[in-house]
Amino acid sequence: MNLRRLTLILVPYLWLMGFFLVPFLIVVKIALSDTAIAIPPYWPVLDLSAGWTGIKEFFSELDFENFVFLTEDSLYWKSYLSSLQIASISTFLTLLVGYPIAYAMAQAPDEWRPTLMMLVILPFWTSFLIRVYSWVGIIANEGLLNQFLLWTGLISEPLQIMNTPTAVYIGIVYTYLPFMILPIYATLEKMDGSLIEAAVDLGCSRGKAFWLVTLPLSRPGMIAGCFLVFIPALGEFVIPSLLGGSQTLMIGKVLWEEFFSNRDWPVAAAVAVVLLMILVIPIMLFQRNQERQEEAGR
Amino acid sequence: MAEANPQKVFAPWEDPNQAPLIRFEGVTKKFGTFTAVDNLNLDIYRGEFFALLGPSGCGKTTLMRMLAGFEDPTMGNIWLDDVDVAPIPPNKRPVNMMFQSYALFPHLTVWDNIAFGLKRSDMPQEQIGDRVQAMLRLTRLEQFAKRKPHQISGGQRQRVALARSLAKAPKLLLLDEPLGALDKKLRQETQFELMDIQEKTGTTFVIVTHDQEEAMTVATRVAVMDHGKLVQVATPAGIYETPNSVYVADFIGEVNIIEGAAAPMGDGKVDIAFAEGVEPIHATIGEPVTAGQKVFFAIRPEKIHVGREPDPTRANRIRGKVHDIAYLGNISTYRVELETGQMISAQMTNARRLSRRDFTWEDEVWLSWTDTAGVVLTR
Amino acid sequence: MNRRMSWFNVTSLTLGFAFLYLPMLILIIYSFNSSKLVTVWAGFSTKWYGELLHNQQFLDAAWVTLRVGVMSSTAATVLGTMAAYVMVRGGRFFGRTLFSGMIYAPLVMPEVITGLSLLLLFIAIGLDRGIFTIVLAHTTFSMCYVSVVVSSRLMTFDRSLEEAALDLGCSPFDAFKSVTLPIITPAVISGWLLAFTLSLDDLVIASFASGPSSTTLPIKIFSAVRLGVSPEINALSTIMIGIVATGVITTSLISKNAIRRQRQEELEGTKQ
Repeated sequence: MNLRRLTLILVPYLWLMGFFLVPFLIVVKIALSDTAIAIPPYWPVLDLSAGWTGIKEFFSELDFENFVFLTEDSLYWKSYLSSLQIASISTFLTLLVGYPIAYAMAQAPDEWRPTLMMLVILPFWTSFLIRVYSWVGIIANEGLLNQFLLWTGLISEPLQIMNTPTAVYIGIVYTYLPFMILPIYATLEKMDGSLIEAAVDLGCSRGKAFWLVTLPLSRPGMIAGCFLVFIPALGEFVIPSLLGGSQTLMIGKVLWEEFFSNRDWPVAAAVAVVLLMILVIPIMLFQRNQERQEEAGR
Repeated sequence: MAEANPQKVFAPWEDPNQAPLIRFEGVTKKFGTFTAVDNLNLDIYRGEFFALLGPSGCGKTTLMRMLAGFEDPTMGNIWLDDVDVAPIPPNKRPVNMMFQSYALFPHLTVWDNIAFGLKRSDMPQEQIGDRVQAMLRLTRLEQFAKRKPHQISGGQRQRVALARSLAKAPKLLLLDEPLGALDKKLRQETQFELMDIQEKTGTTFVIVTHDQEEAMTVATRVAVMDHGKLVQVATPAGIYETPNSVYVADFIGEVNIIEGAAAPMGDGKVDIAFAEGVEPIHATIGEPVTAGQKVFFAIRPEKIHVGREPDPTRANRIRGKVHDIAYLGNISTYRVELETGQMISAQMTNARRLSRRDFTWEDEVWLSWTDTAGVVLTR
Repeated sequence: MNRRMSWFNVTSLTLGFAFLYLPMLILIIYSFNSSKLVTVWAGFSTKWYGELLHNQQFLDAAWVTLRVGVMSSTAATVLGTMAAYVMVRGGRFFGRTLFSGMIYAPLVMPEVITGLSLLLLFIAIGLDRGIFTIVLAHTTFSMCYVSVVVSSRLMTFDRSLEEAALDLGCSPFDAFKSVTLPIITPAVISGWLLAFTLSLDDLVIASFASGPSSTTLPIKIFSAVRLGVSPEINALSTIMIGIVATGVITTSLISKNAIRRQRQEELEGTKQ
């Protein structure tokens, strides 16, 4: 029986070690290596046949040169900053769009709610790529939106939306909206309806009651939703590369290009390490928010 | 009590020739630094309906889970029919358990739930059907055999759980708060049903409960537990009439506790001085006390007579003022404030109609009781 | 709360769902456009579907994607269920914190980093990139999703059911097989579906993990879409949306019916 338990633990454990932890350590190692025109295109390569001196030599060759390079070339820190900016703005926009929807869902009659839930979740099951792509035909210069606006006479020249940060905002809000709606809806739906009645009874107007009761009580859901949008948006690749054009800098795209176009593996690895270090902060904050919510729920 | 016909009284614990079915020997169970069961010794006899009673966290559930095999004692031994059960895993013990949540398998029908354990025993296939049928009959569930657990009511679920745990005819049946999920009326009916089934099958039952009324109703003996120790093990009447400590007296039913200093009067009598300038309480002792020893006098409210005049036939008579009356229909509880400031509860049956009740709030009354009505406790 | 919805709420819902569904609706409509120019409507036609069926490259990529999806989601379901069981029922063991960290980290890890790290691993151990490496990569990240789905079911699972099975004579393995597994099966199935969808959907990790001979559908779509809108991709998207929508709606109708039937039965049960 103990052997069985050991197998049960070891199989998934070793799998994750081998395909998650070890690869990540390799990334860290390569980030500390130097670029070389060779196969593989980095130096040093660990040579175990040379024994202990080989290992010592290997470690003495590792340095932080690539990280120094990241700070020197403005492309990198600009793209980190611009990723943070784009992720923050689009998270805020998603909150603005998602909150009224979640609120209306929580107010909807009981028998509608499962259907509304399904309608929110359904896009999540559809291909991400297709959902991003579906906007290309709409916001392109000769796209449907511009055709419509030209037809109404509101504008005389097509709007340049495609290949701007605005297109990226639209893409992120659109694809991550369910992540914002669901946690907010969950907190609003749990809320005791008599709280609002109590607030109104004690002299609040409906609007004031919303502001003083509903909004603060839905804060955990809002925070959770914001993190669920912000964290993946920061490292996003598909949206900036399909909608953002060459002018929009986002770090996921930079990493991709560094790796596939420049074939500079050590720099790509260093970019990845720094991105992860930036992500650790929101991830930990998110974790704390979730734990606090769980404790409050008990 | 049925003392006129001693042969019929079921009291194996008083017979030194009887071997117990279960023997706990110095059993201790620790969870980290917390001691759930503390060096406990206990014998339970064949055919008993034994109740473990105590507040939550007193160790009663741990004690039961050690019998079932879900927990191992940290120290000490548990003997079942003279066999040390420590090395036997739960699935090999001749013990079955009825879980508090019933733990009915939601994906199986009532029939399959009851047959579940039988299919894992060496009972031949063709006998299983008969056994399940017998269990269904015993618990009056015949027409629900094909239903799934979520398709029957709470009371029926409780009976399925009972039938399932009885199906393998265990030497010992453990019941963990078996009636906790039922409403009060159903609970009372089910208590009698449980006693009936226990009698019919002759199985030894050990029940865990925090409901003292339930323990008193069903059990042959009750063990009151606190902080992992047994405080008292006795028959329900013994527990109620002669509690061995303030804790037990207070835990079972309502009681007035008066603290005072003992003055032994000889012949098993004692006077208890509890306040300056008031006549001491005259009482009978159970265990010897020394002069001046701190004692607690415990008396049940229904043993105190409330009247306009002192009752000359009773040894204790004391004056007070009616502070509160709780009218419960069949009885009324009077909270009487003594001149010394103490508050005493007394209960009277409402034999007369309400309109002709003798006294009301703020009335001066006399409380009287005999010198054997209460017990003197030293702890 | 069955009061009437305010106009504000109705408007939010209408606009919200229009925003969510209109782009896809337009995509579907334009897949039936006979013009090669995507923005000009030139009449109804299904010719792009026909062309799609004769595009061998797309068909090959679809076949690769399907095989990768089935293999990786099946492996991920087995591993993820094991991991969930270890997390919820495993008790204490050495390195438990690391284990749970490795379960949750891939959920928040940017895909570019996961993809990059796996590619570097495959190169370091000299594994040729192809379908096998994509399956390995997909299994790794989707097993974490499966384990989250299954462990949330296991957490609400009444532990005394397993104890009851042991009490009635089951060995621990028998108890898992005849009690735990049948009860958590719905969660395991939804875990599989989730893993399958994630695998079908993945572009970034597959791009890193795939070799020249193993192009998946998302990789194919991405390289086509980079050049702009194409009616063939619209047709392909329509088919994919159609499959997903049918699947999701059918399963939700089935479960809705099951719930209704269960309620009905419960009602009958309490009447007895």
